[in-house]
Amino acid sequence: MPTAPVPDLIPAIPEIWVGASALALLLYGVFRGNKHTREVAWLSVLVMAVAAVLMFAVQDGRQVTFSGAFVTDDFAVFAKSLILLGSAVALIISQGYIRNEKMERFEFPILILLATLGMMMMVSANDLLALYMGVELQSLALYVLAAFKRDSLRSTESGLKYFVLGALSSGILLYGLSLIYGFSGTTNFETLAALYSGPAAESPSIGLIIGLVFLIAGLAFKVSAVPFHMWTPDVYEGTATPVTAFLALAPKVAAMALFARVMVAPFIGLLDDWQDVIIVISMASMVFGAFAAIRQTNIKRLMAYSSIGHMGFALVGLAAGTEKGLQGVLIYLSIYLVMNIGAFAAILTMRVKGTMVESIDDLAGLSRTSPMMALGIAIFMFSLAGIPPLAGFFGKFYVFIAAVEADLMVLAIVGVLASVVGAFYYVRIVKIMYFDEPAEPFERPIGREMSAILTGSGILTLLFFIYPAPLVGWAQTAAAALVP
Amino acid sequence: MIVGAIAFYLFAGMIIASAVMVIAARNPVHSVLFLILSFFNASGLFVLLGAEFLAMILVIVYVGAVAVLFLFVVMMLNINFVELRQGFLQYLPIGGLVGLILLIELFFVIAAGITDPEVVALASAPIPPLSDLTNTEALGQLIYTRYVYLFQTAGMVLLVAMVGAIVLTLRQREGVRKQSIARQVARTREESIEIKTVTPGSGI
Repeated sequence: MPTAPVPDLIPAIPEIWVGASALALLLYGVFRGNKHTREVAWLSVLVMAVAAVLMFAVQDGRQVTFSGAFVTDDFAVFAKSLILLGSAVALIISQGYIRNEKMERFEFPILILLATLGMMMMVSANDLLALYMGVELQSLALYVLAAFKRDSLRSTESGLKYFVLGALSSGILLYGLSLIYGFSGTTNFETLAALYSGPAAESPSIGLIIGLVFLIAGLAFKVSAVPFHMWTPDVYEGTATPVTAFLALAPKVAAMALFARVMVAPFIGLLDDWQDVIIVISMASMVFGAFAAIRQTNIKRLMAYSSIGHMGFALVGLAAGTEKGLQGVLIYLSIYLVMNIGAFAAILTMRVKGTMVESIDDLAGLSRTSPMMALGIAIFMFSLAGIPPLAGFFGKFYVFIAAVEADLMVLAIVGVLASVVGAFYYVRIVKIMYFDEPAEPFERPIGREMSAILTGSGILTLLFFIYPAPLVGWAQTAAAALVP
Repeated sequence: MIVGAIAFYLFAGMIIASAVMVIAARNPVHSVLFLILSFFNASGLFVLLGAEFLAMILVIVYVGAVAVLFLFVVMMLNINFVELRQGFLQYLPIGGLVGLILLIELFFVIAAGITDPEVVALASAPIPPLSDLTNTEALGQLIYTRYVYLFQTAGMVLLVAMVGAIVLTLRQREGVRKQSIARQVARTREESIEIKTVTPGSGI
């Protein structure tokens, strides 16, 4: 009997490291108990940092391994850097909360680590099956995290809701994948790309198109694009705030990067077939995100609608389907990540007399009780609204330019109008902070890690315009790796 | 192959009929039993395809473990299914519409069929012909080599499921008397029994 060669493990070293470390930390946690949650959390952050180092160390152009199921290229490295940054920061800013709210259980950091592993597999998928397994690993860990505060009825409800709807969307996704496999005979992205370039792309089978639509529907759920957004506000509001922060950071980036890869790498030849679908969900997300957020009073719910809108803007770049568009998506995701890190770190400091508050009115008069914090939140809100010269403006600028160059004028105009409407609710928060009568002041001090993260993301958001070249250049290399 | 065709339609018809009964039965225990019946018929279809290993796994895993677990849950939790069913008629129109659209799409898919000869060539299985190998051998050759990445990921997914189940349900209760086998075994005769000398007729 012939023995199969051992697959080349070097390209997947970061994933193997994260997986093995998660197992080791799980054992450590089981033996040391919940009192040592803090150590497990900091070790998990260290694991992510080492994974980033490993990833850059083994990076060498495009490498495919595991019989074509796994790929690492500049695009994957870019997305994984954002994912590791987002997860590590989410873990750091959650420390204070889980200590105060008696959620100290060592599984929390380990589940975040396993979700991160799933996300890294997602962006490195080069096969429909690998895609699905990555998505499932990530989602399953996220469902558990959403229900993690199990003594709170709202957290349990949000976990259950997320699980039921997530399982439905996974089913739709899997059905789409099976149709694509049935009508193309392969699950490998490279083979699919070869099949659907040139003459075969002129008249693809209708079954394949239906499979592609199911695939888009499933992934639109994961990025919470309209009309698959229903879970987002409820889950964001109900679950514990650090989990909300985590959900809004890394998983969004991972799902969006996966979306870009699976649309462009195998199916760029079918651009005419999927472009309209992306345009519609992109427009709907931008408009719905802007209008629905106006009447919100809960800051977490507001951030949920804000993230729906932002995913719509990122999809504008994908709808263009060009290298420029993808570059725009990656720049948008990076800036989105930094802005939201700051915004959620600020939300996590909203404590009055030992309990967390999450109403927008609790921010009233913050400029008088803690001026620095108010200034920080104002920067993040203006940036999320896309007001120049803050970072958020550049994110929108690059995707809209790509859309205009791809002759998607209507999409770009709708996007600009939606961001004007969206500016209203971001600026309203600034108005409440600066012009309303002060409410109960928040607990101070907020801790060294929190201040460092708030300051860091604030400075990045504020001063991005001075030297944007490294990010823009890196995003261009990454986008070029994906477009043939 | 008229026998094969008859068997196929028998199994397929039974699956559909019992699947309908799963959602239509009033008694939840009956629902689960119908679910088991449909699993058995699905494994019959696998046998017809020549996939005996999958057929056996379906019976062992789904019928033996999953469905029996369902049965326990249904019998122990005493869920009021009549209450759950309320609003069924209210949601019927929209649900029916979505179902109808999916059905129409399905017809399109079937009508399209596989036309591309290239597809047929691609879809051929990456294993030696079935006459040389048994099902189990063929699967074993692929799972641990070609699909090792997916196999390992599946293991991680199961790990997350296990961790999740423990995190969400395990509670450390206070004041519970637990058996400590180590302490029991380590007890010596001196610390466990005390010998009293009792003088006859005087009591202790």
